[in-house]
Amino acid sequence: MGEIKKIKNLKEFSTSADRFEGANLLCPGCAHSIIVREVLNATNDDLVLSASTGCLEVCTAVYPYTSWDASWIHIGFENGSTAVAGAEAMYKALKRKGRLKQPDREPKFVSFAGDGASYDIGFQWISGCMERGHNIMHVVLDNEVYANTGGQRSSSTPIGGSTTTSPAGRVSYGEKQNKKDMVAIMAAHGIPYSAQVAPNKWKDMVKKIQYGLEVEGPVFINAMSPCTTEWKFDPKDTMMISDLATDSLVFPLYEIIDGHKLNITYRPKTVIPVEEYLAAQGRFKHLFKDEYKHLIKEWQERVDKQWEMLQRREEAGV
Amino acid sequence: MAFEKMKLKEIEVWDGNMAASHAMRQVQIDVVSAYPITPSTPIVENYSKFLADGYIEGEFMMVESEHAAMSGCIGASAAGGRVATATSAQGLALMMETLYQASGMRLPIVLNIVNRALAAPLNVNGDHSDMYLTRDSGWIHFDAYNPQHVYDLNFIAFKVAEDHDVRLPAIVSQDGFMTSHTAQGVRTLDDDTAYNFVGEFKPMNDMLDLDHPVTHGVQTEEDWHFEHKARQHNDLMTKVFPKIEEAFDAFEKLTGRRYNIVETYHMDDAEVAIVCMGTSVETAAEVAKELRENEGIKAGVIGIRVLRPWPYKQLQEVVKNLKAVATLDRSSPNGAPGMLFNEISGVVINLDKRPVINNYIYGLGGRDLTKVHVAEVFRDLKANADAGKLTTPTQQFIGVRGPKLSYL
Ligand SMILES: Cc1ncc(C[n+]2csc(CCOP(=O)(O)OP(=O)(O)O)c2C)c(N)n1
Ligand code: SF4
Ligand SMILES: [Mg+2]
Repeated sequence: MGEIKKIKNLKEFSTSADRFEGANLLCPGCAHSIIVREVLNATNDDLVLSASTGCLEVCTAVYPYTSWDASWIHIGFENGSTAVAGAEAMYKALKRKGRLKQPDREPKFVSFAGDGASYDIGFQWISGCMERGHNIMHVVLDNEVYANTGGQRSSSTPIGGSTTTSPAGRVSYGEKQNKKDMVAIMAAHGIPYSAQVAPNKWKDMVKKIQYGLEVEGPVFINAMSPCTTEWKFDPKDTMMISDLATDSLVFPLYEIIDGHKLNITYRPKTVIPVEEYLAAQGRFKHLFKDEYKHLIKEWQERVDKQWEMLQRREEAGV
Repeated sequence: MAFEKMKLKEIEVWDGNMAASHAMRQVQIDVVSAYPITPSTPIVENYSKFLADGYIEGEFMMVESEHAAMSGCIGASAAGGRVATATSAQGLALMMETLYQASGMRLPIVLNIVNRALAAPLNVNGDHSDMYLTRDSGWIHFDAYNPQHVYDLNFIAFKVAEDHDVRLPAIVSQDGFMTSHTAQGVRTLDDDTAYNFVGEFKPMNDMLDLDHPVTHGVQTEEDWHFEHKARQHNDLMTKVFPKIEEAFDAFEKLTGRRYNIVETYHMDDAEVAIVCMGTSVETAAEVAKELRENEGIKAGVIGIRVLRPWPYKQLQEVVKNLKAVATLDRSSPNGAPGMLFNEISGVVINLDKRPVINNYIYGLGGRDLTKVHVAEVFRDLKANADAGKLTTPTQQFIGVRGPKLSYL
C-alpha cells in the first residue's frame, strides 16, 4: 500500500504532479478535464488508466499526440472497464510469476468513461467487472448526454432535458424518463465502495478517490461533469453550475460503503431552489414556458424526496 | 502454491478441444479471459479444471460475454503478457468489434475458434460461416483439420503472433464437433519442450512498464488512419509468411511433423483438384486416392492451412498446371459465389493458363460431407477438365434436400 498523499490546499493540489496534460482538445470549461486532473492528483501511486470512447478519449489521444503521462488504453465505447480489468489480471499474473519490471511498485487501475459508456452501452461490462471483484476503480464522467457525438440522450439524461434525440418541441418537453440511479445499482453489487463526486467539491473528491484507491476490490465513482456545450452555459461558469447542482441537491454527494452503509458527505449550508439550477442551463430553457412550469415543481419534489431518502438511509445505516 | 507440470503420455486420446486446452496450459498463458459457447465450451471448462487442480499459474477471467472476453484479452495483452481465449459462432459474432481492435492495436492474442453455424436458424454444429466473418479483421488464421493439428498449430500461433516483427493476433480454427468432440490419438510434447518451443513472452509497449508510460488505442482520422491500416496490411503481406515458414521448420525439426502454408495431397501429377478447409480436407484426400485407383481420375486436394494472410503466390504455384478446380465453401455466401471461389479465382486470374473453376456450397449447420458427395465433385471436375470449360453451373449446393440448387 502506497503512502496516502497529503494535500493541504487548492494551490498545492493544482500544482502537484501532472500526469494529464492541459494540452488536449476538450472544450474550454469542460469538467471532464477538471475531474480527471482531480482524480490523478489525488494520488502519487503509479496508474494504469483506460478511457472509453467519448469526449475524453477523442480529445486526449489523437495520434501522434497524447495528453497522458501514465499508461493508458482505449479499446471501444463499451469496454474500457474490462480493459483495465484485463490489465489488472495481467498485473496479478506477472506478480505471481515474478515477471513485473518494477516488482516493488503497486499500480492502481482506473477506468474513465462517460455516462453513455457506463449507464448505457457499457453497463454489462461494468457490472461484470464489479461482480468479479477486480481491484479497479471505474469513474463515470457524468454529463448526462452523449456529448462526443453531438448531444444525444442517455439513460442518465434527466427528465425535461432537451437533447438531439429527445428534443423539446411543439408537443414535447424533452426527455421523458428519469435518470437511472447507477450508484445504487453498483452498490447493489456489494462492492466495497461507491460514491458520487463533483468537481467543485475537490476535497470531498480527493477523500473519496483516496479511499477508493486504497480499498481492496472494485470501486464505482459517479462524477458530475457539467458540459458547457450540451448543457448550454458559458464556459467560464462550469464551477458555478457545479455549485448550483450540489447546493440545490440535484446532485447530492454521498458514499456507500460495502454496498450498504450510506454516508452523506456534503450538506449545503443554504439549499438553493432547483429552479435556479435549471434556469442556468439552456437545455432546460423550455421548462420555463407556462405549459411546462409544473415540471419544475415536480423536479423540486423529486429532489426533496431523494434527499429525504438519502438522509433516512444514512440514519438507518443501511 | 506453485503450479505443477503435468505428465502426458506420448500419445493421448484427445478431442480438438482437449488438444487446444493442453496447448494453452503448456504455453503458460498469463491471462485467459473467456466465455463458454458450444462447441468451444470444453476448452474453457478444461482450462478451469486445470486451474482448479493447480496446473495453471496465470489468471483466468471468467467474464460475462464474448465481447468482454476479448476486451479483457486486449487489456491484458496491452499490459504485457501472453493471452488467449476461445469461442464459436454467436460468441465470435458478438466479439467481432474487438477483433478489429485487437489487430489494429497490434496485440498478439491467440483465439481458438471452434467452428459453428451462425443463427438464424439457431444451430450448434460445425460450419465455417463464423470464421469467414474474420477474413478482413487483420488476424493471422491457421486452420486445423484434426486434433493433432489443433495442438500443434496453437504452439505455432503463439510463436508467430508474439514475434516482435509480427505483433498480430492469430486464430486457430477447428471444425465444431467433427474435430472438437472427436477423440483421436494426439502425439504430445512434454510441458517443458512445449513451453520452450514458444519461449518466454517478450513484452513490448507494455502498460505495466511503469517507467515508460504508453498510450494504446489512439484516435486517427483521415490524416493517419490510412497509414496505420496500410502498415498492418503490409506486415501481413510481407512479414508473416517468412515467420510462419520459420516456425513450421522449427516445429518439424522438433517433432518430425510438417506443416505447410498450403497443404497438398496427391497433387504431383494432378489435373483436377478440390480446394477446401477443415475436416473436409482429409475426406477429400481419401476420395482422391480412391478415384485415382478406381476411375483413373488424376485427382488432388489443396488444403488451406493459412487462410490469412491469403497465400496467393503459394496457391498460384499449386494450381497453375491444373485443368479444373472445385472450391468448396462450408458457409452460405447469401447471394454471391463462395469465398474460396472468389479468392481462388483471384489467384488464377493473371496466369497464362487458367483452370476452369466452380463452386460448391456444402455442410451447412453440420450436415455431413460424404465420400459420395466428394466423388461426384471429382467427376464434375473430370468433365470440366476434359471439355476445357464449365460443364456444370458455376455454383452448386451439395447434400441439401429437395431439387438440386445451382446458380450462375
Ligand atoms: C459501439 C459503438 N456505438 C456507438 C458509438 C458512437 N459513440 C461514440 S462516443 C458516443 C457517446 C459518448 O457518450 P458518453 O459516454 O456519455 O461520453 P461523453 O462524450 O458524453 O463524455 C457514441 C454514441 C461508438 N463509438 N461505438
Ligand atoms: S462537448 Fe461537453 S463533455 Fe465534450 S469536451 Fe465539450 S464540454 Fe467537454
Ligand atoms: Mg456523456
